[in-house]
Amino acid sequence: MQYIALIYGDPDLTPKHGTPEAEEMMKGYFMANEVYKRDGVFIAGEPLQGVETATSLRIRSGKTETMDGPFAETKERLGGFYIFDCDDLDAALRYAALIPGAKYGTVEVRPILQLG
Amino acid sequence: MEAAPGITAAIDSVAREDRGRLLAALMAALQDFQLAEDALQDALEAALVHWPRGIPTDPRAWLLRVARRKAIDRIRKAGRWRDRAEDLAALAAADQVAASEPPPEIPDERLRLIFTCCHPALEPKSRVALTLRMLGGLTTGEIAAAFLDREETMGQRLSRAKRKIAKAGIPFVVPAPEDWSQRLNSVLTVIYLIFNEGYRASSGGKLVRVDLCDEAIWLARMLDGLVPDDAEVEGLLSLMLTTHARRSARLDDAGAMVALDDQDRGLWDRGMLAEGLELLDRALARRAPGPFQIKAAISALHGQADSPETTDWRQLVLLYDALLAHEATAVVRLNRAVALAEAGGLAACLRALDAIRVELEDYQPYHAARADLLARSGQWAAAQDAYRMAIALSRSGQERRFLQRRMNGLSK
Repeated sequence: MQYIALIYGDPDLTPKHGTPEAEEMMKGYFMANEVYKRDGVFIAGEPLQGVETATSLRIRSGKTETMDGPFAETKERLGGFYIFDCDDLDAALRYAALIPGAKYGTVEVRPILQLG
Repeated sequence: MEAAPGITAAIDSVAREDRGRLLAALMAALQDFQLAEDALQDALEAALVHWPRGIPTDPRAWLLRVARRKAIDRIRKAGRWRDRAEDLAALAAADQVAASEPPPEIPDERLRLIFTCCHPALEPKSRVALTLRMLGGLTTGEIAAAFLDREETMGQRLSRAKRKIAKAGIPFVVPAPEDWSQRLNSVLTVIYLIFNEGYRASSGGKLVRVDLCDEAIWLARMLDGLVPDDAEVEGLLSLMLTTHARRSARLDDAGAMVALDDQDRGLWDRGMLAEGLELLDRALARRAPGPFQIKAAISALHGQADSPETTDWRQLVLLYDALLAHEATAVVRLNRAVALAEAGGLAACLRALDAIRVELEDYQPYHAARADLLARSGQWAAAQDAYRMAIALSRSGQERRFLQRRMNGLSK
């Protein structure tokens, strides 16, 4: 099965670039990536630019409306994701627990709907 | 066709006693809760038709064999046989084996079943409901009645949980060693929640057929059989037995609650208490401490005392300290404070209660305990206010009568 791990965090609580904590966090991501590749579960995984760069759009009556900002203004924001291919939810949760972002925010794990 | 009462009783008995074992065996082959349940239901209905001509020598094996065939039918009918070819082959092979004489013993897969039902990815209340439905063999209506829910609401909760298990890929397995202790704790917590629900008699004085306390003890005994020699499983069973041993002394003739201090200890079930104490000794000897053993030790200390005066309150304070290391919750701090008051630290206790007030503002036992302790320190007006808070928060008539009586007894 494939699972997506959505990494949410409050920017105020996430270590600032250049601090020892941030360095520790980067090391954590590096180590997690190593494990994912070693176990052959890594499909994709990327950090995202901040929500100040987000643009949302919707189509109403055939017209595209474009808005500055994320889908929802929340304290905890989507900051990155991973996609794993593993046996079951237990395995997905174990891999998600290696994500350093879980220490500062929340990681949401959802199965990917396989079509066909 | 109307089945004879004896047949219906035989089917009911298998459905209740062996439901968990049969469902677990079906789940192992099908990996699909809804299908396993539906297939078992089909088999029970088939029994209504066939058993009047003669009850099979091994009713359980008969039901499992029929349920497997019904599952094959259902997969075929749903046109899902292409993506379930492997399952079909496995079911057919199992059917061949089962047809041999004598049929082989049904492997006990209930441990996998209980770990799946108590998976932390499910809502706590759904874990409780699923466990009662799948392993306890309770009907949706019985579970709903026990939790004062509508049957329809409980049915939806169960369906939601089963859908999540299927769609999120919650596995039907005994957890990996690195997850074991946390996952076992989740199972023990579910069983203890069931026990507590029965103990608090939150069903509002209404009599229900199913006693959740008995149900929880039954589940813990089953777990103790499936995971032998585990100190925490023994701790939980001991905790429930030593608590349940006091059940006859908990209510007076008018159905009002009686506080532990005022209970007639002659009414305690000595046999059950002894079994609980023996289990605790066995658990502690394994030198693998855990929160349920500590709670069992607390309950055991009360059970061993002849009166409130001879209770070892200092030891209780120490046990609550140990429990805080596992569960740093306001409720544990509340219990510690009460033990501290009994051990002679009334002033320190009231200070401790003030410190946790914000967290326990809506918790009835907090206000009841505080009222009691304020009364003891002679603060009548404050005690009366606290009793009123407790009464307003109470969920059962028994509890309200008990608190009212305590409040009326103030300043006399």
